[in-house]
Amino acid sequence: MTADNTEAMSRREAMAVLASAPADVLARLWRESGLGNDASVIRGPETGLVALRGRIGGGGSPFNFGEATVTRASVKLPTGEVGHAYALGREREKARISATIDALRQRSGLAARIDAEILLPLRDRMRAADDSRRAETAATRVEFFTMTRGED
Amino acid sequence: MYVAVKGGEAAIRNAHRLLADRRRGDRSVPALTLEQITGQLALAVDRVMAEGSLYDAGLAALAIKQARGDMIEAIFLLRAYRTTLPRFGYSRPVETGEMLIERRISATYKDLPGGQLLGPTFDYTHRLLDPDLAGDEQPQKPETREPEEGPLQRVSDILAHEGLIEEDGVLSHGGEPADITRTPPDFPLGRDARLQALSRGDEGFLLALGYSTQRGYARSHPFAGEIRIGEVEVELDVPELDFPVPLGRIRVTECQMVNQFKGSMMAPPQFTRGYGLVFGQSERKAMAVALCDRALRASELGEDITAPAQDEEFVISHSDNVQATGFVEHLKLPHYVDFQAELGLVRQMRAEFEERDRASDHKEAAE
Repeated sequence: MTADNTEAMSRREAMAVLASAPADVLARLWRESGLGNDASVIRGPETGLVALRGRIGGGGSPFNFGEATVTRASVKLPTGEVGHAYALGREREKARISATIDALRQRSGLAARIDAEILLPLRDRMRAADDSRRAETAATRVEFFTMTRGED
Repeated sequence: MYVAVKGGEAAIRNAHRLLADRRRGDRSVPALTLEQITGQLALAVDRVMAEGSLYDAGLAALAIKQARGDMIEAIFLLRAYRTTLPRFGYSRPVETGEMLIERRISATYKDLPGGQLLGPTFDYTHRLLDPDLAGDEQPQKPETREPEEGPLQRVSDILAHEGLIEEDGVLSHGGEPADITRTPPDFPLGRDARLQALSRGDEGFLLALGYSTQRGYARSHPFAGEIRIGEVEVELDVPELDFPVPLGRIRVTECQMVNQFKGSMMAPPQFTRGYGLVFGQSERKAMAVALCDRALRASELGEDITAPAQDEEFVISHSDNVQATGFVEHLKLPHYVDFQAELGLVRQMRAEFEERDRASDHKEAAE
């Protein structure tokens, strides 16, 4: 799986990368980017619950099977852009940074820089982790051997 | 009669201080970190998340530490914590078919597409205690191999085209799924409410009931059609955005039990299914849930209800270990006045009994 680093990320994809990012790595990349921090918080960061749903039999009617902690934040830039963030867990600073990034990406010209400096490194990291997980699982695949029977 | 009594404050305070000391253990030994608990006691954390019905590994680890490893106490702590948080909404249903698989096995098809992936399993270990683990020996790095591309087909879909197996369960009411955390269960329940209760139910209780179905109490001829463990994406619809917001991934265990079914007045002979979906790597629990789910479908499938595992009110009312422990353990609370009242009653009954005894002896002697 090679990262298609040239194509711009959709807003949804960017939010997916931010939601899955380890808080400390995101905080470091954010600091290193030196991007302005003039966003004002309009909601949160606050932690709550999301009820999780599955499907009966895997693909049937939905049912609730538990809850998860989720932290969210919304921010507004002086220029008016509003950014949102939601992620599993209780990382408030991560939510605030993620919402700010979501807002900044709406400014013309900034998205490419944010993607290059923050989101693509996070996505590459996540993909590498997933790839090694897949490879480790694949090594535990059972190879069956058919024994020859009868005597000839 | 309830009577207010004061006292015991100092005893309680000192008992809790003693608890904190005993919890810490030998102070010359380093304290456990939450990272050690989530990293090295991961399946204990998974169980507390599953039965605490709250996916948050850090909180579950804290609960285990605070409870000194008492799992039901830890589950209780997590349940209590969740009541302090607001609810943001209901997620979209997770798609287990698109799981990032860490383990996937089937007992019904040897050569299923994608293969049997054992993952990090206790199966096929010899259950011999390993003295090396008493120390800090570094294990080898995992072996790797080039994986196959694409999502793994479900085992239930392999049989589906022949019409010999039930389809995924579709509820007739079609409305919003039941939520037993908002509306207390009202029997009879829908399968959605039962599965929610079973997902958070006590592993030991459900394991015993599942086992009872195998031993002939509501025999349901089960096969482990498929068990898969791995991570699924969670998405939430929120008013401020016009697309479902990705929240990250959670690890779940899914069990598809396949059950031979002779047919009834209501359904033709076919393979029926039981389903289990549980937080974390919780294979035994997911299997027990699937066995119980199938047994509890007795009336839907026109089967006679003859065994405890088929009795919905019995199973669901007693599956929650927080409720169960609350009622059993409340017996420890002072019942001094109740007991004094009963003591008086028993004394009076005993006096009347002895009086009757004497009277009949007297009568016999007179005859």
